Amino acid sequence: MKFGVVQFPGSNCDFDTFHALRDVMKRPTVMLWHKDHDLQGVDCVVLPGGFSYGDYLRSGAIARFSPLMQEVKAFARRGGRLLGICNGFQILLELGLLPGAMLRNKNLKFLCQHVHIRVENARTDFTRAARKGQVLRVPIAHFDGNYYAPPRVLRDLEANGQVVFRYCDADGNVTPEANVNGSLDNIAGIRNAAGNVLGLMPHPERASEALLGSEDGRTIFESLILSLEKRTPAGRPAAGKKARHDR
Amino acid sequence: MIDKALLDRHGLTEDEYRLIVELIGKEPNLTELGIFSVMWSEHCGYKSSRVHLKKLPTEGEHVVQGPGENAGVLDIGGGQVVVFKIESHNHPSYIEPYQGAATGVGGILRDIFTMGARPIAVMDSLRFGPPDDPKNRSVMEGVVSGISGYGNAFGVPTVGGEVYFDPCYNLNPLVNVFCLGLADKDKVFYARAEGAGNKVLYVGAKTGRDGIHGATMASAEFGKDTEHKRPNVQVGDPFKEKLLLEACLEVMDRGLIVGIQDMGAAGLTCSTTEMAAKGGMGIVIDLDKVPQREAGMTPYEILLSESQERMLLVATPEKVEAVQAVFAKWDLDAPVIGEVVEGGRARISFKGEVVVDIPVDAVVNLCPAYDRPIAAPAPPPPAPALQAMPRPADLGETLLRLLASPSIADKEWVFRQYDHMVQVNTVFLPGADAAVLRIKGSRRALAMTLDCNSLYTRLDPRTGARIAVAEACRNLACVGARPIGVTNCLNFGNPEKPEVMGQFEQAVAGLAEACRTFGIPVTGGNVSFYNDTEGLSIHPTPVLGVVGIIADVRKAVRPGFRAAGDAVVLVGESLDELGGTEYLKTIHGLEAGSPPMIDLEQEKRNQEFILEAIEAGLVRSAHDLSEGGLAVALAECAFHSPRKIGCEVDLAGGLREDALLFGESQSRILMTCRPADLSGLLKTAAARGVPAQAIGRTGGAALAVRHAGREILRVPVEKAFRAWKDSLPGFFKVRA
Repeated sequence: MKFGVVQFPGSNCDFDTFHALRDVMKRPTVMLWHKDHDLQGVDCVVLPGGFSYGDYLRSGAIARFSPLMQEVKAFARRGGRLLGICNGFQILLELGLLPGAMLRNKNLKFLCQHVHIRVENARTDFTRAARKGQVLRVPIAHFDGNYYAPPRVLRDLEANGQVVFRYCDADGNVTPEANVNGSLDNIAGIRNAAGNVLGLMPHPERASEALLGSEDGRTIFESLILSLEKRTPAGRPAAGKKARHDR
Repeated sequence: MIDKALLDRHGLTEDEYRLIVELIGKEPNLTELGIFSVMWSEHCGYKSSRVHLKKLPTEGEHVVQGPGENAGVLDIGGGQVVVFKIESHNHPSYIEPYQGAATGVGGILRDIFTMGARPIAVMDSLRFGPPDDPKNRSVMEGVVSGISGYGNAFGVPTVGGEVYFDPCYNLNPLVNVFCLGLADKDKVFYARAEGAGNKVLYVGAKTGRDGIHGATMASAEFGKDTEHKRPNVQVGDPFKEKLLLEACLEVMDRGLIVGIQDMGAAGLTCSTTEMAAKGGMGIVIDLDKVPQREAGMTPYEILLSESQERMLLVATPEKVEAVQAVFAKWDLDAPVIGEVVEGGRARISFKGEVVVDIPVDAVVNLCPAYDRPIAAPAPPPPAPALQAMPRPADLGETLLRLLASPSIADKEWVFRQYDHMVQVNTVFLPGADAAVLRIKGSRRALAMTLDCNSLYTRLDPRTGARIAVAEACRNLACVGARPIGVTNCLNFGNPEKPEVMGQFEQAVAGLAEACRTFGIPVTGGNVSFYNDTEGLSIHPTPVLGVVGIIADVRKAVRPGFRAAGDAVVLVGESLDELGGTEYLKTIHGLEAGSPPMIDLEQEKRNQEFILEAIEAGLVRSAHDLSEGGLAVALAECAFHSPRKIGCEVDLAGGLREDALLFGESQSRILMTCRPADLSGLLKTAAARGVPAQAIGRTGGAALAVRHAGREILRVPVEKAFRAWKDSLPGFFKVRA
């Protein structure tokens, strides 16, 4: 299988994600330039963290207009696996591939720290290497990570098992104190209804090597590899039909 | 036309003006005068400091490039070099804290990547007035947000630094930013305009009216009218800088350019004349080709603007198109604005008229150097005899107060606003003795630290400066790194005051001496004078940024206790000295006495001992003793341990309890080892002439200290932790 990391102007976790996928996970990985119209036959597209277009106007608001996004949207519609990390998550929200929006963190400051997140749904292509309820220690680094969605949308997310990660304490308790940025229902990561698109604020690529303090982030990449290496290549219409609706 | 008043506004003396006329063989026009004004300012010309800076050692086995370029370059082996430097942005940060600090980060980043290195780490040395004053808090919030806003968006991790508080920084905060980049040794670029006929390209942001005369502003005292200087502060755009970084590194990597220089202080003026002077060439510039943000700018304004995120490149004519294609890919313009010519003159035209025609050598190299009058620094106010001072009734309470004092308290409130992990190299998070970054694809790691105790330098500039170097190297030793080079940022008051020059001279002498002892060359840095507002000078604050190498990153050591039952060893000798301590300042309200004495040879032996023990894998944790002495160090080792392990310590008699617990005797390190390794370590120490004593064991949930058989301190770790952790956030009530 092959990963592709999209490079927007202002992306700054592009090389980190590339490093984690190619050098740590040992999978073929290519950089995808935002002005191109070519996904180079990848099986999974990653929108990395950073400040695409400086996050001017609104986080991720300008990146959604990058030329390559047309191909990315079509890829997602066909059931291709699409992962958005941090700024990548914000771009997925702006693209309308995931519901909701990001507000400023509740303390109105940028936050960079290790947090704990609980795997709420382990039956997804992004979490199948984890157990339900497993606690991962992964860093966050964002200013706008305070997830918001209207009540109706939140109900649907919960009902469809689309809430994949929640901020929690080290023991897995989902508490107000563990909710560092003020997200509704402690939401740290969600997937779409079809199950092939996931966005999360924490940075799994920063938690992929023991030397850097945690390897818990690898779980997400391992899950993707498990899913993709056992199935037909992404991008074929068949992949979309296989999407699960976990409860 | 040019009179005394005009010269005053340009910060030039009448003697300097006469020298300019003599050097250029004519009366300068206003634009030319403006050029000399910035290039001969203290900030750019180092007029008061040059004669003293010559005393610093600048050579060593690792040095590829010493002072005189945008940054120093050191060989770290494996075909790689580090490019690093520290610079001040004090004056702008007081006038407009957010943009002042942000553009401080932007400026130093450009200094690094203009040499072909990708910036991989930033650290900041920050000094503010005490946080109980709302004005100081607002400056601090602005500065921290500015650093965060710029560095995070650019994508460079801010991995460490220091934050101190003292009333002397009330009206003159210090913002010193250090940056380190990594490059291949054969791909380092220099600021040289070579080859007649080569094209000069302008890249990056458009030129606006911001920051005109920023360098001149940074070269004068502030009065009550500083608010009016706000338009002199530049506005930063980290997104543009990120694009500039990627585009510049790409053209350098592909060998498309001859030379490159960033436009920092004094903007287009400085970059054009410096590049020409360094290449031994002349330069022709057409200002009409310079991209401009606003209409109606005069040549004076275009040349002196300090608009951010701009670079000047020199390329051979046949490569111009390829260079422009790379910049277009990154959505940046790269117009040709001039040419390198023979003859050593800068000829600048505007609307078809030559507006500047001067020899570049005069501008760049012939700025006068002053050996300003020196007065010996006043001796420190004597500290009262220890016997005369009241003993604290409750030493536990004293420890809690020290842990909560803003300079010692936990700085997470600051550093969690910085992205300290981007680029996935950060091995130690902020808060360790030194920042540690792995070098991808190798076992080696880089360690770096910023240090200065300005209370020591205020009381005794020479000793204080020696301690700053010693402590920085000790911080590196505690993580297992050997120092290879140093950059410094010398923050002082008005050099026209003989006592300030006296402090400067003494501090530089102390730095030179200590750097020689440790064998570390000074590869560059920055001098910031005129840190005076309303006639009050700051403490002399020579901040040291030392870089070291760890041969095997797996052996790097952290400050926190690792496990219960380890032996606690105190390396170094505790003396009966309390002068200049945080204890005297916070508990007794005294900034007095002589700073701790320092024996550099002993210091070196102690550091060599800990380094060898770390390299042999015998050290479980190590932490340098500094502000707050032994008691604070013990507490910090507990706080940094994964499960907040306490310790039981038994100290021998001799000193009075407060001197023993809170004295700041130098050359001391608190380390732990497995009990089985203890006797071997102590034997080695004795054989090396290194004082070391086993003082106790890790374990329990309290910090407990016995002295001469009697318990003198017992504080639950959690209680101490809260005092340390909650202090700084308590000043900034967070709206949830």
